[in-house]
Amino acid sequence: MVPELVPLQVAADLFPHGVDRYAIGGLLVGLGAAVIYVGTGISAGASTFLESTLSYVSGQSRFQQYVASRDWRLVFTLGIVLGAAIYAVVYQGGAWTTDVAWWRLLAGGVLVGVGTRVGKGCTSGHGVCGVGSASKTSLAGVLAFLATAILTAQVVAALGVTP
Amino acid sequence: MAGALSDRHPLFVPLVLVGGVIFGFGLAFSHMARPEVVLNFLQFEDFGLLFVMFGGAAVTGLAFFVAPRALDRAPLTGDRFERRLKPFDRNVLVGGGIFGVGWGLSGICPGAAYASLGIGNVTILWAIAGMFLGAYAQGWWRSRTDTVDPAATGAD
Repeated sequence: MVPELVPLQVAADLFPHGVDRYAIGGLLVGLGAAVIYVGTGISAGASTFLESTLSYVSGQSRFQQYVASRDWRLVFTLGIVLGAAIYAVVYQGGAWTTDVAWWRLLAGGVLVGVGTRVGKGCTSGHGVCGVGSASKTSLAGVLAFLATAILTAQVVAALGVTP
Repeated sequence: MAGALSDRHPLFVPLVLVGGVIFGFGLAFSHMARPEVVLNFLQFEDFGLLFVMFGGAAVTGLAFFVAPRALDRAPLTGDRFERRLKPFDRNVLVGGGIFGVGWGLSGICPGAAYASLGIGNVTILWAIAGMFLGAYAQGWWRSRTDTVDPAATGAD
């Protein structure tokens, strides 16, 4: 192989779909959080929506601390759904559905629901806003969930569970 | 802070909605709303997800740096731009570890799951139902056990 092509080959191996979609998408995710922060001072995350929305229907004392923020969190989440729907109409040309098995989604969802709330954040709260504010707590959270997620995904793949 | 949205600045709700739309569009554009793409990252087949997380963190980091210096208070709430740091304790690692197992099993995290619904992935309702079940279960448990919040060790 010609030496100057080696870096390109490595990039193609690590990023088989290129990096544009990921970099542009990531910048927009950050921009969405930044718009809210600059206007309101709120550092937004996606997982608190779970507990704040449960406060509408549950009297559990744990959820009551989110009553004050539950209305705007509902608006934020509706915005996320709407923004993704705009993408689907403009770029995707219709609906797309996953092939990942329903039981993986359900069981994974339960663990995600427990874990984000016990761990005080998720990929957006810790990963985007927390890392962006150089929070040591968030960095520790990101390292914890990245490590176990990689381990889990590798084990599931090794067991031959697809998709 | 007032609880009811009607007490807020008239542009508060539109701004949160616009921020959510940009956030969700970005998640869909980056393909994070597709569990398969996340699972490919976790199996080391496509490292693009790193660009999503650190690209996003770079932009929020810029906003966190500039906003407090350019503005005295947030225009729509009158709140100061404070670093709202979460205290570190064992829960961050335990919860993060549980979250990671769920993320690695399903390829789904909260924001991406909402966005996935937006791209027409109705199958994702399994994951969204699971997340609410999990969040409710931990809330039920902690409403009984957390009479006092565990003391935080160090201020972030």
